[in-house]
Amino acid sequence: MSTPDVRMSPLSGVGLVASREISTRLRSKAYRISTLVLLVLIVAGIVVLKLVGGSSGPDATLGYVPAAAPLSAPLTAIGNSVGQDIATQPIADEQAGIAKLKDGSIDALLVQGADRVHVQVEKDLDGNLKNVLTVLAGRVAQNSEILAQHGDPAKVDAAVASASVDELPPLEKPYDYDSQQLVLGIIAGILIYMSLLLNGQSVAQGVVEEKTSRVVELLLSTIKPWQLMAGKVLGIGTVGLIQMLLIGVVGIGAGLGTGVLTISVSAAVGTVIWLVVWYLLGFFMYSIVFAALGALVSRQEDVSGAVSPALMLVIAGYVVGISVLPSDPSNKFAEILSVIPVFAPTLMPMRLAMGGVPVWEAVVSVGLVVLLIPLLIWLAARIYRNAVMRTGAKVKLRDALRAA
Amino acid sequence: MPEPGLEIDAISKRYGTVVALEQMTFDVRPGELFGFVGSNGAGKTTTMRIALGVLSADAGQVRFAGSPITHETRRHIGYMPEERGLYPKMKVGEQLTYLARLHGMSAADAKASTERWTERLGVAARRDDEVEKLSLGNQQRVQLAAALVHEPRILVLDEPFSGLDPVAVDVMSKVLKEKAADGVPVVFSSHQLDLVERLCDRIGIVRSGRMEAMGTVSQLRAGGAVRLLVDAPQAADGWAVNLPGVTVLGRDGAVTELELADGADDQVVLRAALASGPVREFARKLPSLTDLFRSVVTEHHHEEAAA
Repeated sequence: MSTPDVRMSPLSGVGLVASREISTRLRSKAYRISTLVLLVLIVAGIVVLKLVGGSSGPDATLGYVPAAAPLSAPLTAIGNSVGQDIATQPIADEQAGIAKLKDGSIDALLVQGADRVHVQVEKDLDGNLKNVLTVLAGRVAQNSEILAQHGDPAKVDAAVASASVDELPPLEKPYDYDSQQLVLGIIAGILIYMSLLLNGQSVAQGVVEEKTSRVVELLLSTIKPWQLMAGKVLGIGTVGLIQMLLIGVVGIGAGLGTGVLTISVSAAVGTVIWLVVWYLLGFFMYSIVFAALGALVSRQEDVSGAVSPALMLVIAGYVVGISVLPSDPSNKFAEILSVIPVFAPTLMPMRLAMGGVPVWEAVVSVGLVVLLIPLLIWLAARIYRNAVMRTGAKVKLRDALRAA
Repeated sequence: MPEPGLEIDAISKRYGTVVALEQMTFDVRPGELFGFVGSNGAGKTTTMRIALGVLSADAGQVRFAGSPITHETRRHIGYMPEERGLYPKMKVGEQLTYLARLHGMSAADAKASTERWTERLGVAARRDDEVEKLSLGNQQRVQLAAALVHEPRILVLDEPFSGLDPVAVDVMSKVLKEKAADGVPVVFSSHQLDLVERLCDRIGIVRSGRMEAMGTVSQLRAGGAVRLLVDAPQAADGWAVNLPGVTVLGRDGAVTELELADGADDQVVLRAALASGPVREFARKLPSLTDLFRSVVTEHHHEEAAA
């Protein structure tokens, strides 16, 4: 009987494990359906944005009865000066106005006369509109006082209208955030977060699946624990990357195609590249930890509990990012966190997509994660090796680290 | 000096204060079927796991073909873990091919070998089914195929017969014998002692992490006392009580069971029986492996009780 050649390089073992992960996952219905659903959601979101964006009307519409007609022109002017686009329409009488309030075609109704501002609304007065009306009321009172002192309200108005703030050049030039890039940043954050969550968890579940089905003993009689772990992480990472690229390319393509996105193609491509880089860095950093934590337990029900400490960090970074950055993209706290390795994978891609990240910050954050990964591999391999053969009760992290 | 096969040399393993293995030593020669028996927790599984490199030993050495076993030579071992396990959602054929490739086979060889072994073990029709859809018996056959698919040069099987139906037991026995005939050292553990007795060339009895007795069935028997069964219907009760070196173990109807001390003459017993009348049967009763196993285990219980 001829003896088959069994010399195998360590990497071919990793490659075999990875290709098994890739082929079983790509063929799984769950993966195909979830990718399809994500793609449909992204495209649908873009189409909705397009439809909503096309029908932009005035911020508020006011009706006025004939007696309040002199208020119409100053109202529009005041609105313009504070950035509110206010439309006005004449209405025959108060009765007709109330009917229009009820059917929602006007937001507020000016009634009675022009010597004072009398406003009627259906339920409550919008804050911005109230500000405009308050200024208007002040102007009306001012004009009547100017008249009483024999002045010319029109002259005063002209002087007021021509007054403006003398804006000196700022000490530090702020980054001019583009609203579309902000949206891209939010989407990048959500994608990275979901990918880390889903793929990271599936690494932990895969490790536990091998433990639960006991196939791990058979596998470890042929390959070393680190090969099994590395193969699994690489395989699932590749599958996640395919999903991420598909979503990124289809999303940006649909955005540019429908005209919803008007940023330059190079900025869009830059966003996708950064997304991929940070997905890879974040995924490897976290999935190695997830693999080690998953190895501590023997049942699928215990996976979420085991990985929750690491998951908390992912969630914390994401929550800070999604709650702070859209309204305040240059927030100092988020800026500092985004350079710290554990938060960087969720925060940095959001900031990069929004723009205005100094080059040194981008380089340092990538560098720190790249430095941390070998350390994590060493730690995780140790935990994994010591815990993966112990079935039954949850292995304590301390025991897994200590045992040689 | 026989050609060396798999040698387990003075392996020790402790878990904290618990001694799992203490100087465990035995060897399995090429072409030999070695039976590994012992109570639960005696250290059989631990020994096998150490041989496979799944566990590390505190002391001692495992050798194959005369040199210490390495990660590379371990790929020649066909292993069936006590804890059966395959990917439940992976198809039988793909799974076996994958395992063969992990053992270093080329893709084409792995596929051909998978086809050969699934046919040989009667699960060829299920190659495209997921493992979890198979009956327990068929899952066991796939598990055996997983141990054989890479054409191993050593076989280490932990409880290969547990949970098998009689037909599968026959298939398994035949395969193991064939492998041994090909010159492969085969070691397996089992609680089915009659099966071990029938199949194995040599047997090792383990107790508390030590090899207590080892040899062929007849060598193991040689150590025990000789028992006689005498069917003498007309003999009076107590006919053998006063014979030199003879202990009466009991009488069931006409049949008396006797144990002879070392050096006692069975011909004296025969003459005494004939003196009582006709003797229908006079036979040496060979102790079964079960008896030998019990005596090894209980001997120690007495020692421990006395200590």
